[in-house]
Amino acid sequence: MNPVAPAGGRTPAGPHVIAVVSAGLSEPSSTRLLADRLGEATVHSLGERGVVAEVRTVELRALAQELTTMLLTGVASANLRAALEAVARADGLVAVSPIFSGSYNGLFKTFFDLLDDGALEGVPVLLGATAGTARHSLAIDHAMRPLFAYLGAFAVPTGVFAATDDFGHSSGVRSDDDVAPLAERVARGAHELADLVAVRERTAPTDPFALTESFEDLLRGQ
Amino acid sequence: MTSMQFGIFTVGDVTPDPVAGRTPTEAERIQATVKIAEKAEEVGLDVFATGEHHNPPFVPSSPTTLLGYIAARTERIILSTATTLITTNDPVKIAEDYAMLQHLAGGRVDLMMGRGNTGPVYPWFGEDIRNGIALAVEKYALLHRLWREDVVDWEGKFRTPLQSFTSTPRPLDGVPPFVWHGSIRSPQIAEQAAYYGDGFFHNNIFWPIEHTKQMIGLYRERFEHYGHGRADQAIVGLGGQVFMRADSQDAVREFRPYFDVAPVYGHGPSLEEFTEMTPLTVGSPQQVIDRYAAMRDHVGDYQRQMFLMDHAGLPLQTVLEQIEILGTEVVPVLRREMAVGRPADVPDAPTHASLVAAVGGPTDVTVYALDGVTGRAAEVGVG
Repeated sequence: MNPVAPAGGRTPAGPHVIAVVSAGLSEPSSTRLLADRLGEATVHSLGERGVVAEVRTVELRALAQELTTMLLTGVASANLRAALEAVARADGLVAVSPIFSGSYNGLFKTFFDLLDDGALEGVPVLLGATAGTARHSLAIDHAMRPLFAYLGAFAVPTGVFAATDDFGHSSGVRSDDDVAPLAERVARGAHELADLVAVRERTAPTDPFALTESFEDLLRGQ
Repeated sequence: MTSMQFGIFTVGDVTPDPVAGRTPTEAERIQATVKIAEKAEEVGLDVFATGEHHNPPFVPSSPTTLLGYIAARTERIILSTATTLITTNDPVKIAEDYAMLQHLAGGRVDLMMGRGNTGPVYPWFGEDIRNGIALAVEKYALLHRLWREDVVDWEGKFRTPLQSFTSTPRPLDGVPPFVWHGSIRSPQIAEQAAYYGDGFFHNNIFWPIEHTKQMIGLYRERFEHYGHGRADQAIVGLGGQVFMRADSQDAVREFRPYFDVAPVYGHGPSLEEFTEMTPLTVGSPQQVIDRYAAMRDHVGDYQRQMFLMDHAGLPLQTVLEQIEILGTEVVPVLRREMAVGRPADVPDAPTHASLVAAVGGPTDVTVYALDGVTGRAAEVGVG
């Protein structure tokens, strides 16, 4: 029914697709940097399980105006439609936002507000966040996790938080606390996401125009 | 000789004119609506349709009053709705009101069913928005029977049961008004239109053509499934939105201040972005012709093209000029172009005349009361 079905996606054939959504606002962005690493690590981890996967990145900054247009008019541009479909059809999702005022930023929320209802139901998700200091690290669990619970996604237990400082501690345990270095946390989160993606049954994406009930049933009030 | 229908539809909004800096009164808006309808007939358009709304800033809460008045002042134009709220109106009252209008207008009436886009209308009329589809399905099923069966016994979920009920007046010449079903993104409504062999209207003015194409495609496929004809013979209507001046730059310059602050899309996309994403066309009459002549490449040969012309606070004089351009410069060309290569067995939109002809001529179907006291025959065995 859908003539614009993108290649790949959540279909029984083709490689698995990991959608990576980054809500970073600057360019270059440490949020995007973390998002890329989480995406790559997930593909790598799936590869170890014999599952071929590829990343589809959705950079929200490039869609900022189109997101506002859709909020106001309901009309999605072709680019935005492709991004929304890529996420809705993915086998797994990496979602990363900078932390603003204790929570994900507005751009991040806008994108997930505009996804079709039910689009993320049962979809495995790895959450990530960035901020200037580690003081904001609980925002993943206090702000992002409830959003994905609402959307019905399976958020893996590990959320990967990167403070600016973390990018300077690529190996070894940091001297000032006992948190594992970023690379290890990225690998752990990716491993958890890959575990879920690898065992999840792949189904064709839902066609929003498909009839799910017969008209005779509707007429009978069922 | 087949011919597409072209017309205009109004939302009936009372919107400030951002250029003149004033807002019309309800009285001015209502009188303007009548002038717009008269102008549509004068320039040779086929259809005038009004929305139905029950909250400010909209005036058309009583469509049959408006259309009845216009019917008396016009001779040829078909009067329709865009849309009639099948969810929150009583189908008995719709059956009665529109049959009455059909008689007074000499058959120049059809309707478009819709569910409305204002949430609180449901609770204001005692309904629950979560039942939107179920309401549309049940209430239309009853309406369909009320116009086709003289005596109806009925029971459903959403209205009090009916026993031995006759909706009067009976449809003119024994033929109910043709019905369209409008929906943007509910496949169940496309299915409903297909099930009954009714028309399906996609008001695509805020939607990219790919989306419209999918909804129309579904309706056509199901129209054929239910045995009403081939998919390409289904009865399709589209929305449209244009602003024209002889010089396209003038059109853009004049329309932009209205666009920029218009309800629904104002303060959002630029005029250029919106014209690219949706059928809104702002430019010369030729640009409008080119854009709309290409619509059938996407959705197949179709039957009705409606345009939104009188919104965003545009002054009456401007709206009348726009309708003049539409009727004299655009529609005659579109009629010719749309007829080229159109298969002879793709039907026109049904009209009262064609529906009467299809049943072999007019029949008087007056139901006469049998008992001067109750208006019905005494029930045998009751009491």
